[in-house]
Amino acid sequence: MAKPEKLIENGIRLDGRKPDELRPIKIKVGVLNRADGSCYFEFGGNKVIAAVYGPREVHPRHMQKSTSAVVRYRYNMASFSVEERKRPGPDRRSIEVSKVSRESLEPVIFQEYFPRSAIDIFVEVLQADAGTRTAGINAASIALADAGIPMKSLVSACAVGKVDDTLVLDLNKDEDNYGQADMPIAMTPDGKITLLQMDGHLTREEFKEGLEMAKKGCLAIAELQRSALMEKYSTLIEGEVNE
Amino acid sequence: MDKKLVIPGDFLSDDVKLADEGTYIEDGKVFSSVFGIASLKNHIRVVPLTGKYIPRQGDLIIGIITEVSFSNWIVDIRSPYEGLLHISEFPRRIDNSEMSKHLGVGDSIMTLVKDVDPSMKVELTLNDQRLRQIKDGRVIEVTPSKVPRLIGRSGSMIALLKNETNCNIFIGQNGRVWITGKDKNLDLAVRTIQKIEKESHIPGLTDRIVKFLKDEKESAKRPEQEPEKEPVQEEIVGEETVKEDAEAPEKAEEEKSGGILDELLDK
Repeated sequence: MAKPEKLIENGIRLDGRKPDELRPIKIKVGVLNRADGSCYFEFGGNKVIAAVYGPREVHPRHMQKSTSAVVRYRYNMASFSVEERKRPGPDRRSIEVSKVSRESLEPVIFQEYFPRSAIDIFVEVLQADAGTRTAGINAASIALADAGIPMKSLVSACAVGKVDDTLVLDLNKDEDNYGQADMPIAMTPDGKITLLQMDGHLTREEFKEGLEMAKKGCLAIAELQRSALMEKYSTLIEGEVNE
Repeated sequence: MDKKLVIPGDFLSDDVKLADEGTYIEDGKVFSSVFGIASLKNHIRVVPLTGKYIPRQGDLIIGIITEVSFSNWIVDIRSPYEGLLHISEFPRRIDNSEMSKHLGVGDSIMTLVKDVDPSMKVELTLNDQRLRQIKDGRVIEVTPSKVPRLIGRSGSMIALLKNETNCNIFIGQNGRVWITGKDKNLDLAVRTIQKIEKESHIPGLTDRIVKFLKDEKESAKRPEQEPEKEPVQEEIVGEETVKEDAEAPEKAEEEKSGGILDELLDK
């Protein structure tokens, strides 16, 4: 798609959202039987699936830590997830995303409970539409909880950016491509930031304002994450009552 | 109600002294650390709905031999950590060269966690009256966090299961369940255990299981009149005497660790 003339018209974005509105989110918990915990997460046009295995034995052995668990995070984009076929396999970008995503989750995991073990997180992007790393982190944090891994709290993530000199929450593909700034943020519900990246330019004031917008977005996502986890077990209860 | 479903990070209480398993303390407040069911009676604890088995000293578990090394058997105990059974922990004195004759790769054993050190080296033992090799019956697996539900309050659920299915059942803390009995009864026991595992977080479990067992028996009776019921009973009685003491200490231990959980879920 060529660059549109205006990305925001009369305070409404190209996809019809207000500047501080998130894209629709759909969450399903426990979608994979073989994984210890799993989650399917839809974030607008993003479709990601996260699987958590562990704590389990560390292979290769030299990676293990004698006093805590190692967390391994693999972010991978399917070759069909973007318009132009993506060459499969890890590349510079996905290695970076894996690293920062891992570091966004490590602070909440009680790693010291499981010495000499590994917690493996796999995030597969099935369809990408800007903001896959935030979608991946959201999914992974639910999958970790689903796997029964002790954590301080969940982690929620979303992005803020600047398009047409306006701050917007949760950029979509066009806004990401033609906007002026993109800043993904991950945080715990009590406001501790575990991931903050930025490309583009923001003034100090814009940065502060953007951070507040992202906070609100993350809180909204945290609520959805909670209800998704609750739903996994409440449906079971209802199903039983009806029997 | 004193129990509720919580997710990691949920605030539970201001009373730090009551904090127990599945919680963490920050700024003088107690929060949940796992996704599970919280109970606020007596102690504040959260029982996870899923999770791996983490060995603890004194646990009676079921392991499978995966390797025979120079003086140790390496045992899969369904946990991130492998169990080590040293040759000296075998009930009889045996020679290094004869280890695989007594316990070979793939053999199942009922074993006791003798010690776990801070780096999670797990030492097992067979040197106990209650312990033995598993040679017959069936071993199935359930989520380790559901084990206390399967045993029930002071062993009520397992007693019910044993009576109703005419099977002998041993539940390892690592979620492996050993069942012995007639094939048909085995099937019923397995199905019942799977039902318990699936529904253990829903109140009124015991009543539902009683009903389930009754229904299953009725439908089983109709096609044939279960002629061989008597001999089964006898067989079980013989073995029961040996194993009863195996079960008792575990039950006692369950009351300690799982008692609150039972109260919390059995409503």
